[in-house]
Amino acid sequence: MVIHTYIEYMGWGAGGWGDEFFFGFLMTLKISLSAYALAVIFGFFATTAKLSKNIFLRFMAVSYTTVVRALPEILMVLIVYFTVAGLAETALVKAGFVDKGFQFNPFWAAVFALAFVAGAFMAEVLRAARLAVPEGQIESATAIGMSSLQIFMRVILPQMMRHAIPGMGNLWLSITKDSAIVAVLGAFSELLYTGYRAAAATKEYVFFYGVTAVLFLLITLISIAVIQWMERHLNRGYA
Amino acid sequence: MTATALSVRNIRKSFGEDEVLKGISFDAHSGDVISIIGSSGSGKSTLLRCINFLERADSGEVAVAGEIIKTHKAKDGQLSPSDKHQLKQMRARLGMVFQNFNLWAHRTVLENIIEGPVQVLKHPKKKAVADAEILMDKVGISQKRNHYPSQLSGGQQQRVAIARALAMQPTVMLFDEPTSALDPELVNEVVQVIRQLATEKRTMIMVTHEMALAREISTHLIFLHNGRIEEQGPPQLIMENPKSDRLRQFIGKF
Repeated sequence: MVIHTYIEYMGWGAGGWGDEFFFGFLMTLKISLSAYALAVIFGFFATTAKLSKNIFLRFMAVSYTTVVRALPEILMVLIVYFTVAGLAETALVKAGFVDKGFQFNPFWAAVFALAFVAGAFMAEVLRAARLAVPEGQIESATAIGMSSLQIFMRVILPQMMRHAIPGMGNLWLSITKDSAIVAVLGAFSELLYTGYRAAAATKEYVFFYGVTAVLFLLITLISIAVIQWMERHLNRGYA
Repeated sequence: MTATALSVRNIRKSFGEDEVLKGISFDAHSGDVISIIGSSGSGKSTLLRCINFLERADSGEVAVAGEIIKTHKAKDGQLSPSDKHQLKQMRARLGMVFQNFNLWAHRTVLENIIEGPVQVLKHPKKKAVADAEILMDKVGISQKRNHYPSQLSGGQQQRVAIARALAMQPTVMLFDEPTSALDPELVNEVVQVIRQLATEKRTMIMVTHEMALAREISTHLIFLHNGRIEEQGPPQLIMENPKSDRLRQFIGKF
């Protein structure tokens, strides 16, 4: 019974791979969500630097986005993981914040590496979105006596998000896939690695890679629905 | 003698080599309606924008109800506000109406009007809404309270913008060519609102091309030419007997 066998394959516990896939699915989401949140922060910093009057900040930001976007992602992730994380560890030890022999949790190092790459693309999306907010919208807020923070939170941010959502949505979808890259950094048991293990152990390549694909597709379909809802919400009031 | 609502002293402003304002001074007393006229490029709008520091002058002084806006000379040679907190308070007392309305596109009519009172003046939302209702009635936009700016005509948007400025209970209203961006048939509805404000003795500074309106409602007319006040005085007087050739030519165009 073929069908019966497949159901058994996806069973919970030692005999089946259902629990492994479930936790792999969660791991992929966890990596993606963490990296994405961090990428948004990197992106905002880089955008602010790019749009600042300070030439040094502009130079730093342009170097960052140019280099990161030029290199293959997997190479960038390897470089960041093995050098930047190492340098940061040494710096933290030297600064006395942590004890000697401190090492980043590999999970966070991998998330950092992914976010570092995605942050460069995010910076471009956010920069274009920021520039799409008409100056008059900011002037009327300035003229009424709002503070810079109020202007950013209440006028610039809501309006730029409208322009940023399509690009940010794309980046989210690509980060859920790129999360599989961290498999090269070690065993994180995310979705792709789980599929690989299951396929290798059972020789059921088509089935298990198929399951893996369906689960990635599931993430994308749910994401698209959420992104569309956000777009509709942010586009209220625009003809 | 009524109190001085706005005092502008010796405003100078250059864009590169081009000096667009060459030392402008005037006072607005409470209840004055001052219209600033002049051809395009005469510096009218720049002058208005220097008053609330949307544009930074190179030198000069602005005082609202006797309080001077504190400034210092910045490295770039421009006049820089020294006290951000004071500047915000001063701006809140100068209600600005823009040529292109500049209503916040992501907020409804009501949200646009209560934004300043709630966020800047820290009024409770309930009070801000109640005040906004009176203002929406005044400018005839109550029916559209839950509409977004994109759903309104230019005239309606400008009336909302006036209500938004009034909601701050400003000492002085600044109008920057409030009817210039409107289709001709929509000008009148905005003019009517401005006319009403004048009869209520609101202090207003208006940059305008509407000569008939300027003549009708102004207590004082300023004619700007080449960055200087070429002529000023009561509107009837200086429009009927312009002393300078420039003003005569300018009026002749209308």
